[in-house]
Amino acid sequence: MSTKNEILKGQILDEEVMLTLGELSRACTIHADWIIDLVDEGIIEPCGRDVSEWRFPGICLYRARSVLRLQRDLGVNLAGAAVALDLMDQIEQLRIHLHVLEHDR
Amino acid sequence: MEYRDYYETMGVERDATQDEIKRAYRKLARKYHPDVSKETDAEQKFKQVGEAYEVLKDPEKRVAYDQLGKAGAAGEEFTPPPNWDAGFEFSGGGFTEGDSAAYSDFFESLFGQEAKQAQGRQRSYHMRGEDHHARVLIDLEDAYNGAARTITLQAPDLDARGHVHTRDRTLNVKIPKGIRQGQKIRLNGQGSPGMGDGAAGDLYLEIEFKPHTLYRVENQDLYLDLPVAPWEAALGATVKTPTPAGVVDLKIPAGSASGRKMRLKGRGIPGKKPGDIYVLLRIALPAADSDKAKELYKKMQQELAFNPRAALGV
Repeated sequence: MSTKNEILKGQILDEEVMLTLGELSRACTIHADWIIDLVDEGIIEPCGRDVSEWRFPGICLYRARSVLRLQRDLGVNLAGAAVALDLMDQIEQLRIHLHVLEHDR
Repeated sequence: MEYRDYYETMGVERDATQDEIKRAYRKLARKYHPDVSKETDAEQKFKQVGEAYEVLKDPEKRVAYDQLGKAGAAGEEFTPPPNWDAGFEFSGGGFTEGDSAAYSDFFESLFGQEAKQAQGRQRSYHMRGEDHHARVLIDLEDAYNGAARTITLQAPDLDARGHVHTRDRTLNVKIPKGIRQGQKIRLNGQGSPGMGDGAAGDLYLEIEFKPHTLYRVENQDLYLDLPVAPWEAALGATVKTPTPAGVVDLKIPAGSASGRKMRLKGRGIPGKKPGDIYVLLRIALPAADSDKAKELYKKMQQELAFNPRAALGV
Protein backbone atom coordinates (compact mmCIF):
# COMPACT_ATOMS: atom_id res chain seq x y z
CA MET A 1 0.00 0.00 0.00
CA SER A 2 1.25 3.43 -0.79
CA THR A 3 1.38 6.49 1.33
CA LYS A 4 -0.51 9.55 0.22
CA ASN A 5 2.35 11.53 -1.22
CA GLU A 6 4.25 8.85 -3.02
CA ILE A 7 3.90 8.97 -6.78
CA LEU A 8 3.52 5.52 -8.26
CA LYS A 9 5.19 4.75 -11.54
CA GLY A 10 3.51 2.08 -13.58
CA GLN A 11 4.54 0.14 -16.62
CA ILE A 12 3.03 1.24 -19.93
CA LEU A 13 1.87 -1.80 -21.81
CA ASP A 14 3.11 -0.82 -25.26
CA GLU A 15 5.45 -2.17 -27.92
CA GLU A 16 8.50 -1.25 -25.89
CA VAL A 17 7.77 -3.71 -23.09
CA MET A 18 8.67 -7.23 -24.20
CA LEU A 19 7.82 -10.28 -22.09
CA THR A 20 9.04 -13.85 -22.40
CA LEU A 21 6.57 -16.73 -22.28
CA GLY A 22 7.59 -17.37 -18.66
CA GLU A 23 7.14 -13.75 -17.64
CA LEU A 24 3.75 -13.54 -19.32
CA SER A 25 2.42 -16.73 -17.75
CA ARG A 26 3.70 -15.70 -14.33
CA ALA A 27 2.06 -12.26 -14.69
CA CYS A 28 -1.22 -14.02 -15.53
CA THR A 29 -0.66 -16.72 -12.88
CA ILE A 30 -1.51 -19.37 -15.41
CA HIS A 31 0.24 -22.27 -17.05
CA ALA A 32 2.33 -21.53 -20.14
CA ASP A 33 0.25 -24.06 -22.14
CA TRP A 34 -2.72 -21.75 -21.85
CA ILE A 35 -0.65 -18.86 -23.23
CA ILE A 36 0.40 -21.10 -26.14
CA ASP A 37 -3.29 -21.77 -26.79
CA LEU A 38 -3.84 -18.02 -27.02
CA VAL A 39 -1.06 -17.75 -29.60
CA ASP A 40 -2.53 -20.66 -31.59
CA GLU A 41 -5.89 -18.90 -31.56
CA GLY A 42 -4.22 -15.71 -32.82
CA ILE A 43 -5.35 -13.70 -29.81
CA ILE A 44 -1.83 -12.58 -28.99
CA GLU A 45 1.12 -12.51 -31.35
CA PRO A 46 4.69 -12.89 -30.12
CA CYS A 47 7.76 -11.81 -32.03
CA GLY A 48 10.27 -14.57 -32.69
CA ARG A 49 9.91 -17.99 -34.30
CA ASP A 50 10.71 -20.55 -31.68
CA VAL A 51 8.79 -20.76 -28.42
CA SER A 52 12.03 -20.13 -26.53
CA GLU A 53 12.57 -16.96 -28.58
CA TRP A 54 9.04 -15.67 -28.18
CA ARG A 55 8.75 -12.09 -26.96
CA PHE A 56 5.32 -10.64 -26.25
CA PRO A 57 4.60 -6.90 -26.58
CA GLY A 58 3.20 -5.46 -23.34
CA ILE A 59 -0.37 -5.19 -24.59
CA CYS A 60 -0.48 -9.02 -24.81
CA LEU A 61 -0.55 -9.09 -21.02
CA TYR A 62 -3.68 -6.96 -21.01
CA ARG A 63 -5.33 -9.07 -23.69
CA ALA A 64 -4.47 -12.35 -21.95
CA ARG A 65 -5.87 -11.05 -18.67
CA SER A 66 -9.04 -9.93 -20.44
CA VAL A 67 -9.50 -13.41 -21.90
CA LEU A 68 -9.06 -14.97 -18.46
CA ARG A 69 -11.76 -12.75 -17.02
CA LEU A 70 -14.12 -13.22 -19.96
CA GLN A 71 -13.77 -16.98 -19.59
CA ARG A 72 -14.32 -16.88 -15.85
CA ASP A 73 -17.16 -14.34 -15.73
CA LEU A 74 -19.05 -14.99 -18.93
CA GLY A 75 -18.09 -18.57 -19.73
CA VAL A 76 -16.91 -17.83 -23.28
CA ASN A 77 -14.44 -20.15 -24.97
CA LEU A 78 -11.19 -19.00 -26.58
CA ALA A 79 -12.69 -18.45 -30.02
CA GLY A 80 -15.50 -16.40 -28.51
CA ALA A 81 -13.06 -14.31 -26.49
CA ALA A 82 -10.99 -13.75 -29.64
CA VAL A 83 -14.05 -12.47 -31.49
CA ALA A 84 -14.96 -10.19 -28.59
CA LEU A 85 -11.46 -8.69 -28.36
CA ASP A 86 -11.23 -8.13 -32.12
CA LEU A 87 -14.62 -6.41 -32.19
CA MET A 88 -13.67 -4.23 -29.24
CA ASP A 89 -10.46 -3.18 -31.02
CA GLN A 90 -12.51 -2.28 -34.08
CA ILE A 91 -15.00 -0.30 -32.01
CA GLU A 92 -12.17 1.60 -30.35
CA GLN A 93 -10.61 2.50 -33.71
CA LEU A 94 -14.00 3.56 -35.10
CA ARG A 95 -14.70 5.62 -32.02
CA ILE A 96 -11.41 7.50 -32.42
CA HIS A 97 -12.01 7.97 -36.13
CA LEU A 98 -15.56 9.17 -35.60
CA HIS A 99 -14.31 11.69 -33.10
CA VAL A 100 -11.82 13.06 -35.66
CA LEU A 101 -14.47 13.21 -38.38
CA GLU A 102 -17.17 14.77 -36.25
CA HIS A 103 -15.77 18.26 -36.79
CA ASP A 104 -14.36 17.46 -40.20
CA ARG A 105 -17.05 18.99 -42.32
CA MET B 1 -26.51 0.88 5.58
CA GLU B 2 -28.43 1.23 2.34
CA TYR B 3 -31.17 -1.15 1.30
CA ARG B 4 -30.43 -2.79 -2.02
CA ASP B 5 -33.23 -3.66 -4.39
CA TYR B 6 -31.77 -6.67 -6.14
CA TYR B 7 -34.77 -7.00 -8.46
CA GLU B 8 -34.30 -3.45 -9.63
CA THR B 9 -30.59 -4.05 -10.14
CA MET B 10 -31.38 -7.04 -12.32
CA GLY B 11 -34.29 -5.31 -14.06
CA VAL B 12 -36.70 -8.17 -13.37
CA GLU B 13 -40.12 -8.39 -11.71
CA ARG B 14 -40.31 -9.69 -8.17
CA ASP B 15 -42.11 -12.80 -9.44
CA ALA B 16 -39.53 -13.52 -12.13
CA THR B 17 -38.73 -17.19 -12.67
CA GLN B 18 -35.24 -18.53 -11.96
CA ASP B 19 -34.74 -18.84 -15.71
CA GLU B 20 -35.67 -15.20 -16.24
CA ILE B 21 -33.23 -14.19 -13.55
CA LYS B 22 -30.49 -16.25 -15.12
CA ARG B 23 -31.12 -14.71 -18.53
CA ALA B 24 -31.19 -11.19 -17.08
CA TYR B 25 -27.90 -11.87 -15.32
CA ARG B 26 -26.17 -13.21 -18.43
CA LYS B 27 -27.27 -10.16 -20.41
CA LEU B 28 -26.19 -7.65 -17.77
CA ALA B 29 -22.91 -9.45 -17.12
CA ARG B 30 -22.05 -9.10 -20.80
CA LYS B 31 -23.18 -5.50 -20.86
CA TYR B 32 -21.21 -4.36 -17.82
CA HIS B 33 -18.24 -6.67 -17.96
CA PRO B 34 -15.28 -4.34 -17.31
CA ASP B 35 -13.39 -5.84 -20.23
CA VAL B 36 -16.24 -5.19 -22.62
CA SER B 37 -18.07 -2.12 -21.41
CA LYS B 38 -16.93 1.40 -22.15
CA GLU B 39 -19.03 2.87 -19.35
CA THR B 40 -16.99 4.57 -16.67
CA ASP B 41 -18.71 2.81 -13.77
CA ALA B 42 -18.86 -0.60 -15.46
CA GLU B 43 -16.81 -2.37 -12.81
CA GLN B 44 -19.09 -1.15 -10.03
CA LYS B 45 -22.25 -2.08 -11.95
CA PHE B 46 -20.83 -5.48 -12.78
CA LYS B 47 -20.24 -6.11 -9.08
CA GLN B 48 -23.72 -4.93 -8.13
CA VAL B 49 -25.25 -7.27 -10.69
CA GLY B 50 -23.05 -10.12 -9.41
CA GLU B 51 -24.18 -9.48 -5.86
CA ALA B 52 -27.86 -9.37 -6.85
CA TYR B 53 -27.48 -12.61 -8.78
CA GLU B 54 -25.68 -14.28 -5.90
CA VAL B 55 -28.86 -13.80 -3.85
CA LEU B 56 -31.59 -14.24 -6.45
CA LYS B 57 -30.18 -17.33 -8.15
CA ASP B 58 -30.24 -19.25 -4.90
CA PRO B 59 -33.91 -20.04 -4.13
CA GLU B 60 -33.24 -20.15 -0.38
CA LYS B 61 -31.45 -16.84 -0.23
CA ARG B 62 -34.08 -15.37 -2.51
CA VAL B 63 -36.97 -16.42 -0.27
CA ALA B 64 -35.15 -14.99 2.73
CA TYR B 65 -34.50 -11.76 0.87
CA ASP B 66 -38.15 -11.59 -0.21
CA GLN B 67 -39.17 -11.83 3.46
CA LEU B 68 -37.73 -8.38 3.87
CA GLY B 69 -40.30 -7.36 1.33
CA LYS B 70 -40.41 -3.73 0.57
CA ALA B 71 -39.02 -2.95 4.00
CA GLY B 72 -37.04 -0.27 2.33
CA ALA B 73 -36.62 1.38 -1.00
CA ALA B 74 -33.28 1.20 -2.77
CA GLY B 75 -30.80 3.69 -1.38
CA GLU B 76 -32.66 4.23 1.90
CA GLU B 77 -31.16 3.64 5.28
CA PHE B 78 -31.96 0.11 6.28
CA THR B 79 -31.63 -2.13 9.31
CA PRO B 80 -32.75 -5.73 9.01
CA PRO B 81 -35.51 -6.64 11.47
CA PRO B 82 -34.30 -8.88 14.31
CA ASN B 83 -34.40 -12.56 13.49
CA TRP B 84 -35.43 -11.76 9.93
CA ASP B 85 -33.75 -14.92 8.80
CA ALA B 86 -35.23 -17.20 11.47
CA GLY B 87 -36.34 -20.43 9.95
CA PHE B 88 -34.01 -20.25 7.00
CA GLU B 89 -30.97 -22.29 6.68
CA PHE B 90 -28.62 -21.41 3.92
CA SER B 91 -27.47 -24.74 2.79
CA GLY B 92 -23.80 -24.07 2.42
CA GLY B 93 -22.61 -23.28 -1.02
CA GLY B 94 -21.70 -19.87 0.20
CA PHE B 95 -20.05 -17.68 -2.30
CA THR B 96 -20.03 -19.76 -5.36
CA GLU B 97 -18.38 -17.26 -7.63
CA GLY B 98 -17.47 -13.63 -7.93
CA ASP B 99 -15.44 -11.45 -5.67
CA SER B 100 -17.25 -11.84 -2.38
CA ALA B 101 -15.08 -9.26 -0.67
CA ALA B 102 -16.57 -6.63 -2.96
CA TYR B 103 -20.18 -7.18 -1.90
CA SER B 104 -22.03 -4.42 -0.12
CA ASP B 105 -22.56 -3.88 3.60
CA PHE B 106 -26.19 -4.71 2.93
CA PHE B 107 -25.32 -8.14 1.59
CA GLU B 108 -22.85 -8.64 4.41
CA SER B 109 -25.46 -7.95 7.09
CA LEU B 110 -27.92 -10.41 5.57
CA PHE B 111 -25.66 -13.23 4.53
CA GLY B 112 -22.49 -12.33 6.39
CA GLN B 113 -22.65 -15.31 8.76
CA GLU B 114 -22.11 -17.51 5.82
CA ALA B 115 -19.44 -15.24 4.43
CA LYS B 116 -17.41 -15.69 7.58
CA GLN B 117 -17.79 -19.44 7.40
CA ALA B 118 -16.70 -19.35 3.82
CA GLN B 119 -13.67 -17.35 4.76
CA GLY B 120 -12.94 -19.74 7.62
CA ARG B 121 -12.89 -22.59 5.18
CA GLN B 122 -10.50 -20.67 3.02
CA ARG B 123 -8.02 -19.95 5.78
CA SER B 124 -5.42 -22.35 4.48
CA TYR B 125 -6.17 -21.32 0.95
CA HIS B 126 -3.93 -19.11 -1.12
CA MET B 127 -5.41 -17.06 -3.88
CA ARG B 128 -4.12 -14.19 -5.92
CA GLY B 129 -6.01 -10.92 -5.38
CA GLU B 130 -8.34 -9.48 -8.00
CA ASP B 131 -7.09 -7.11 -10.64
CA HIS B 132 -8.68 -3.71 -10.73
CA HIS B 133 -9.38 -1.43 -13.63
CA ALA B 134 -9.79 2.27 -13.72
CA ARG B 135 -10.08 4.79 -16.48
CA VAL B 136 -8.00 7.91 -16.08
CA LEU B 137 -9.03 11.11 -17.81
CA ILE B 138 -6.09 13.29 -18.73
CA ASP B 139 -5.59 16.49 -20.64
CA LEU B 140 -3.86 16.35 -23.99
CA GLU B 141 -1.20 18.63 -22.54
CA ASP B 142 -0.37 15.92 -19.97
CA ALA B 143 0.76 13.67 -22.82
CA TYR B 144 3.17 16.41 -23.93
CA ASN B 145 4.57 17.27 -20.55
CA GLY B 146 3.91 14.27 -18.34
CA ALA B 147 1.86 14.67 -15.18
CA ALA B 148 0.89 13.13 -11.89
CA ARG B 149 -2.76 12.19 -11.37
CA THR B 150 -4.56 11.44 -8.16
CA ILE B 151 -7.07 8.66 -8.52
CA THR B 152 -9.55 7.42 -5.97
CA LEU B 153 -10.59 3.80 -5.98
CA GLN B 154 -13.14 1.98 -3.89
CA ALA B 155 -11.43 -0.91 -2.22
CA PRO B 156 -13.03 -3.60 -0.05
CA ASP B 157 -11.52 -3.86 3.36
CA LEU B 158 -11.98 -6.42 6.14
CA ASP B 159 -12.24 -5.07 9.68
CA ALA B 160 -11.15 -6.88 12.86
CA ARG B 161 -14.48 -8.71 13.12
CA GLY B 162 -14.30 -9.88 9.55
CA HIS B 163 -16.89 -7.43 8.21
CA VAL B 164 -16.46 -6.05 4.76
CA HIS B 165 -16.42 -2.32 4.23
CA THR B 166 -15.60 -0.29 1.21
CA ARG B 167 -12.96 2.26 1.74
CA ASP B 168 -11.66 4.96 -0.57
CA ARG B 169 -8.07 4.48 -1.56
CA THR B 170 -6.16 7.36 -3.05
CA LEU B 171 -3.19 6.83 -5.30
CA ASN B 172 -0.87 9.28 -6.99
CA VAL B 173 0.13 7.94 -10.36
CA LYS B 174 2.71 9.23 -12.78
CA ILE B 175 1.39 9.83 -16.28
CA PRO B 176 4.49 9.59 -18.47
CA LYS B 177 5.18 11.96 -21.31
CA GLY B 178 4.16 10.48 -24.65
CA ILE B 179 1.21 8.46 -23.34
CA ARG B 180 -1.50 7.82 -25.92
CA GLN B 181 -5.25 7.40 -25.91
CA GLY B 182 -6.30 3.91 -24.87
CA GLN B 183 -2.90 2.85 -23.56
CA LYS B 184 -2.80 0.79 -20.40
CA ILE B 185 -0.58 1.34 -17.43
CA ARG B 186 -0.02 -1.60 -15.13
CA LEU B 187 0.64 -0.96 -11.47
CA ASN B 188 2.05 -4.12 -10.01
CA GLY B 189 0.43 -5.26 -6.77
CA GLN B 190 -1.99 -2.34 -6.50
CA GLY B 191 -5.12 -4.45 -6.97
CA SER B 192 -6.96 -6.39 -4.25
CA PRO B 193 -4.83 -8.06 -1.62
CA GLY B 194 -4.41 -11.79 -2.05
CA MET B 195 -5.75 -14.43 0.31
CA GLY B 196 -3.30 -16.37 2.43
CA ASP B 197 0.08 -16.19 0.78
CA GLY B 198 -1.45 -15.18 -2.54
CA ALA B 199 0.03 -12.12 -4.21
CA ALA B 200 -1.97 -8.92 -4.56
CA GLY B 201 -3.66 -8.29 -7.89
CA ASP B 202 -2.59 -5.57 -10.27
CA LEU B 203 -4.19 -2.26 -11.07
CA TYR B 204 -4.68 -1.44 -14.73
CA LEU B 205 -5.26 2.15 -15.74
CA GLU B 206 -6.67 2.94 -19.14
CA ILE B 207 -5.78 6.36 -20.46
CA GLU B 208 -8.52 8.47 -21.92
CA PHE B 209 -8.02 12.02 -23.18
CA LYS B 210 -10.55 14.65 -22.23
CA PRO B 211 -12.09 16.21 -25.32
CA HIS B 212 -10.03 19.22 -26.33
CA THR B 213 -11.55 22.41 -27.70
CA LEU B 214 -8.94 22.73 -30.47
CA TYR B 215 -7.46 19.32 -31.25
CA ARG B 216 -8.84 15.90 -32.10
CA VAL B 217 -6.52 13.05 -31.30
CA GLU B 218 -5.99 9.92 -33.41
CA ASN B 219 -3.33 7.67 -31.90
CA GLN B 220 -0.23 9.89 -31.76
CA ASP B 221 -1.50 12.41 -34.32
CA LEU B 222 -3.53 15.56 -33.79
CA TYR B 223 -6.01 17.27 -36.06
CA LEU B 224 -6.61 21.01 -35.93
CA ASP B 225 -9.00 23.22 -37.85
CA LEU B 226 -7.20 26.43 -38.71
CA PRO B 227 -9.28 29.38 -39.93
CA VAL B 228 -7.60 31.43 -42.67
CA ALA B 229 -8.69 34.57 -44.51
CA PRO B 230 -9.64 34.17 -48.20
CA TRP B 231 -6.64 36.26 -49.26
CA GLU B 232 -4.28 34.17 -47.11
CA ALA B 233 -5.49 31.03 -48.86
CA ALA B 234 -5.50 32.65 -52.30
CA LEU B 235 -2.23 34.56 -52.16
CA GLY B 236 -0.27 32.44 -49.69
CA ALA B 237 0.85 33.60 -46.28
CA THR B 238 2.74 32.67 -43.17
CA VAL B 239 0.28 32.45 -40.28
CA LYS B 240 0.54 31.63 -36.62
CA THR B 241 -0.88 28.29 -35.57
CA PRO B 242 -1.23 26.89 -32.05
CA THR B 243 0.22 23.55 -31.00
CA PRO B 244 0.07 22.04 -27.51
CA ALA B 245 3.80 22.85 -27.20
CA GLY B 246 3.42 26.47 -28.24
CA VAL B 247 2.69 28.72 -31.22
CA VAL B 248 4.48 27.98 -34.51
CA ASP B 249 4.54 29.65 -37.93
CA LEU B 250 2.86 27.79 -40.76
CA LYS B 251 3.43 28.63 -44.41
CA ILE B 252 0.26 28.46 -46.46
CA PRO B 253 0.89 27.99 -50.18
CA ALA B 254 -0.85 30.29 -52.63
CA GLY B 255 -4.03 28.84 -54.13
CA SER B 256 -4.95 26.69 -51.12
CA ALA B 257 -8.53 25.44 -51.11
CA SER B 258 -10.67 25.12 -48.02
CA GLY B 259 -10.08 21.73 -46.39
CA ARG B 260 -6.47 21.52 -47.53
CA LYS B 261 -4.56 19.30 -45.14
CA MET B 262 -1.10 20.38 -44.06
CA ARG B 263 1.25 18.44 -41.85
CA LEU B 264 3.37 19.70 -39.01
CA LYS B 265 5.79 16.83 -38.83
CA GLY B 266 6.80 15.57 -35.39
CA ARG B 267 4.63 18.09 -33.54
CA GLY B 268 2.08 15.51 -32.40
CA ILE B 269 2.32 13.50 -29.22
CA PRO B 270 6.00 13.05 -28.34
CA GLY B 271 7.65 9.64 -28.23
CA LYS B 272 10.24 7.51 -30.01
CA LYS B 273 8.17 7.98 -33.14
CA PRO B 274 6.52 11.33 -32.42
CA GLY B 275 3.16 12.01 -34.02
CA ASP B 276 2.25 14.76 -36.46
CA ILE B 277 -0.24 17.58 -36.36
CA TYR B 278 -2.57 17.74 -39.34
CA VAL B 279 -3.81 21.26 -39.94
CA LEU B 280 -7.02 21.54 -41.94
CA LEU B 281 -7.50 24.93 -43.52
CA ARG B 282 -10.93 26.47 -43.08
CA ILE B 283 -11.55 29.60 -45.10
CA ALA B 284 -13.29 32.13 -42.91
CA LEU B 285 -15.30 34.82 -44.67
CA PRO B 286 -15.21 38.38 -43.42
CA ALA B 287 -18.73 39.55 -42.52
CA ALA B 288 -20.28 42.05 -44.91
CA ASP B 289 -21.36 44.23 -42.05
CA SER B 290 -19.99 47.60 -43.12
CA ASP B 291 -20.32 49.74 -46.24
CA LYS B 292 -16.65 49.21 -46.92
CA ALA B 293 -16.93 45.41 -46.71
CA LYS B 294 -20.05 45.36 -48.88
CA GLU B 295 -18.30 47.51 -51.44
CA LEU B 296 -15.35 45.11 -51.61
CA TYR B 297 -17.64 42.09 -52.06
CA LYS B 298 -19.53 43.90 -54.80
CA LYS B 299 -16.30 44.74 -56.51
CA MET B 300 -15.29 41.06 -56.52
CA GLN B 301 -18.73 40.11 -57.81
CA GLN B 302 -18.38 42.54 -60.70
CA GLU B 303 -14.76 42.03 -61.57
CA LEU B 304 -14.07 38.33 -60.90
CA ALA B 305 -15.46 35.73 -63.26
CA PHE B 306 -16.06 33.15 -60.55
CA ASN B 307 -18.60 30.33 -60.59
CA PRO B 308 -18.20 28.24 -57.43
CA ARG B 309 -20.63 25.66 -58.87
CA ALA B 310 -18.86 25.12 -62.17
CA ALA B 311 -17.96 21.55 -61.18
CA LEU B 312 -21.66 20.85 -60.59
CA GLY B 313 -22.46 21.74 -64.20
CA VAL B 314 -24.71 24.67 -63.35
